[in-house]
Amino acid sequence: MPDAVIDTLNLTKMFGTFTAVDTLTLSLEKGEIFGFLGANGAGKTTVIKMLTGLLAPTSGSASVAGFDVFKATESIKQNIGYMSQRFSLYEDLTPRENIRFWGGIYGLEKTIIKEKGLDLLNALDLLDVADTRLSSLPLGWKQKLAFSVALLHEPKIIFLDEPTGGVDPVTRRRFWDMIYEKADKGLTVFVTTHYMDEAEYCDRISIMVEGRMAALGTPAALKSEFGAKSIDDLFIRLARR
Amino acid sequence: MSRFRAFVLKEFYHIFRDRRTAAILFGMPVLQLLLFGYAIRNEINEVKLGICDLSHDTVTRKLTTKLLSTGTFIAIDNLHNPEEINQTFASGLVDEVIVFEPAFASRLQRVGVGHVQVITDGSDPNVSRIITGYTLSVIQDYLREYLKEKSGDTPHAGVISVTVMMFNPALKSVYLFVPGLMALILMLVSALMTSISITREKENGTMEVLLVFSLKPAQIIIGKVVPYVLLAFINLITILALAFFVFGVPCRGSVVLLLLESLLFIGTALSLGIFISTITASQQAAMMISLAGLLLPTILLSGFIFPVASMPLPLQVISNIIPAKWYLIIVRAIMLKGASFSYVWKETMVLVVMTAILVTASIIKFSERLQ
Amino acid sequence: MTSKTAVRVTGLTKHFGSVEALREINLAIHEGELFGFIGADGAGKTTLFRILCALLLPDKGNAEVLGFDTVTAFREIRKRIGYMPGRFSLYQDLSVEENLRFFATVFGTTIKANYELIKDIYSQLEPFRNRMAGKLSGGMKQKLALSCALVHRPELLLLDEPTTGVDAVSRREFWQMLGKLQKKGITILVSTPYMDEAALCDRIAFLQNGATLGIDTPKGIVSLFTRPLYAVRSLQKHILINTLRQYEHAASVYAFGSCVHYTDKRPSLDQGELQAYLTSCGLNGVQIEHIEPSIEDTFIALLEEKGGLKNA
Repeated sequence: MPDAVIDTLNLTKMFGTFTAVDTLTLSLEKGEIFGFLGANGAGKTTVIKMLTGLLAPTSGSASVAGFDVFKATESIKQNIGYMSQRFSLYEDLTPRENIRFWGGIYGLEKTIIKEKGLDLLNALDLLDVADTRLSSLPLGWKQKLAFSVALLHEPKIIFLDEPTGGVDPVTRRRFWDMIYEKADKGLTVFVTTHYMDEAEYCDRISIMVEGRMAALGTPAALKSEFGAKSIDDLFIRLARR
Repeated sequence: MSRFRAFVLKEFYHIFRDRRTAAILFGMPVLQLLLFGYAIRNEINEVKLGICDLSHDTVTRKLTTKLLSTGTFIAIDNLHNPEEINQTFASGLVDEVIVFEPAFASRLQRVGVGHVQVITDGSDPNVSRIITGYTLSVIQDYLREYLKEKSGDTPHAGVISVTVMMFNPALKSVYLFVPGLMALILMLVSALMTSISITREKENGTMEVLLVFSLKPAQIIIGKVVPYVLLAFINLITILALAFFVFGVPCRGSVVLLLLESLLFIGTALSLGIFISTITASQQAAMMISLAGLLLPTILLSGFIFPVASMPLPLQVISNIIPAKWYLIIVRAIMLKGASFSYVWKETMVLVVMTAILVTASIIKFSERLQ
Repeated sequence: MTSKTAVRVTGLTKHFGSVEALREINLAIHEGELFGFIGADGAGKTTLFRILCALLLPDKGNAEVLGFDTVTAFREIRKRIGYMPGRFSLYQDLSVEENLRFFATVFGTTIKANYELIKDIYSQLEPFRNRMAGKLSGGMKQKLALSCALVHRPELLLLDEPTTGVDAVSRREFWQMLGKLQKKGITILVSTPYMDEAALCDRIAFLQNGATLGIDTPKGIVSLFTRPLYAVRSLQKHILINTLRQYEHAASVYAFGSCVHYTDKRPSLDQGELQAYLTSCGLNGVQIEHIEPSIEDTFIALLEEKGGLKNA
């Protein structure tokens, strides 16, 4: 698939004799929402680190946003967005300061940062709190802001590592509205989650078990293939073995 | 009792499993003592000397030989022209240049006065002052003898001072540093380490569990503190042994008294560490407070490096609340002067009172609940 | 009720500065009950647990745990409860066995004395007993923390978000263990942000912004959901959601797994009419089905109704 935003072939990572990721082959299209599931320690984090250029693979090949993960890790970093619960924004800065800082990190020009920042605060309805420190804002607002800030430099793909942990069910769904909206505009979304119902919101999902991809397909197709009632069922059946 | 043992055992696991902490704890005293003992000395040795002799007579030659024969100076350069002096200093070749005026000996004979210029590198004022003083005393010594020989009597029959340095005749700086280092290291191990280890439990949430486990604060704190008393004591013995065997620093007074006083100081430092941990919530804050609030004053205000008497009055007043100041007085008295308890009881009382206040304050501040 | 009350909370209120963490909470939890607190971060779950452990003092109201007041008799309470705080609170640089032994000794007991109680859980950890706790996987850490909280045989167990960040398999195993502990007569209070875990409790309380939105059995609480609920399916889910939201009679539209849950403003819905509207908007393969509300549906409805969405 030449237009694929992420394209891997037999991607493998060894730590000593331990195979953390075993011959992963995957191809994501533009605008696709891809759910990346797996138990703790199944190798999810290692895959994300390789795809974001933080960790060199042991063998196989992969390109992200058109750049090779072996050679062009710097170009990859400039063309992807990343958001996780742990690593996102500075709590002791205000939304405006966070935008200015990350805009600067992404190498955007001052005037563009200002313009985009204003649009973004407007769209998220955060103008009233633009100069309030993040630490005093509700978690749901911070998650929305973190997502938008990670898209400031208009990357082709965004990696979301458990983006909706700890918020109420309504706030979580509003976050997914944002994901859908961006995906409709062509953004590829690579998301991990522990909420199995969120897996159903994805176009395709994969389930990692001990470094291997045990299942890959649309939620509906996987459920019928394995005869499972829900993704939760399927997940437990595969991961427990 | 088994509860208590479990606690102490756990604390030792923490200390030894973190190799960096263990290395710092046991390596630091040795390293610092060797550093202070060998590298950072106040005595003057191997002063690089340049001579600009514009007279070239017997007196100047003899004077030069006399200077070099003291062993303190090494002749580096003979300058022929005073204009070379600047450049020689700038290039770092010499520490000191001595200039004898033209016709030095004949003027000395005729008028009784010869001009010598002593030029030193003022960028290190302490060293420069010591070198100058030493040089002048050698020159005066020589001249006194020279004139006596010539005229048969002492020309300046004024006061001649004879200095005797009690307790440290050789003016070895190790004598000064050892007590200071003892204070510094005991403070570091006791206060810094305990405050960090208690706040670590708060940060990790284990304090929450321990409290819910129905442990009384006193039990938690004593369990935490005992290992550090032991470590501090081991460090103390290491320093004393090194000081004695490697640098020949004597302990003229009672060793038992010295150890007891040190134990008291460890107690003061521990209670300080506990107090810090009751008012801070994170390891980082505890470390900042311990470093800025304890270590620097211990180094700067206790009389370790700078004498308290030469500080401006406000600092002298502040120095009174530094426990290390009192400990330092005690240690110097016992080690170097061989003083007995009757000479240091006042300082000892100060430490006792400080400890009592800190322990009381900690008990009041330490909450069995979260804030 | 024949059983005695293990926890009684009356008018409990707690502020942190200007933030109201708990607002007039009233609760009664029976002995031997498995009681769940369901709510997002910041809903007040941790504050409530800390007050029950006597780690925090309430501003107003009072709480009684196992018959003892949390303010005046906190030592009695602490002897009888086991507590697992929200974040992993064991010594990372101690091994599995050292951690357990430490907590046993500190509580004046031994692993052996209460081994029968923790056997089921700890036996899964025994192969790794010399591993440092910091190197365990998320699920293993939870099991170790649970073992440590149980080692002194408490009458009441307080577990603050024990399954957050843990994968679905470990979560399911964890809940099976809680079921077994409950059978041994231990009262269990557990908090969780996962709605699917609520169904496993005897009774649950919804918490949002420091207030309870409802307290009942999982079956009972869904009876608070009064409107007819429909599941709507189509392959183009995102378009389906947007189209449903634009429908003039739509009351609520939320994605639920593979379908969309829909309620109507009108007392009764003509499914054919909705089908026709969706087809006219270009959606194909639309299926509409009347369904029973789930616990999550109820929580969402209560959030909307009681205005608990100020921080959404």
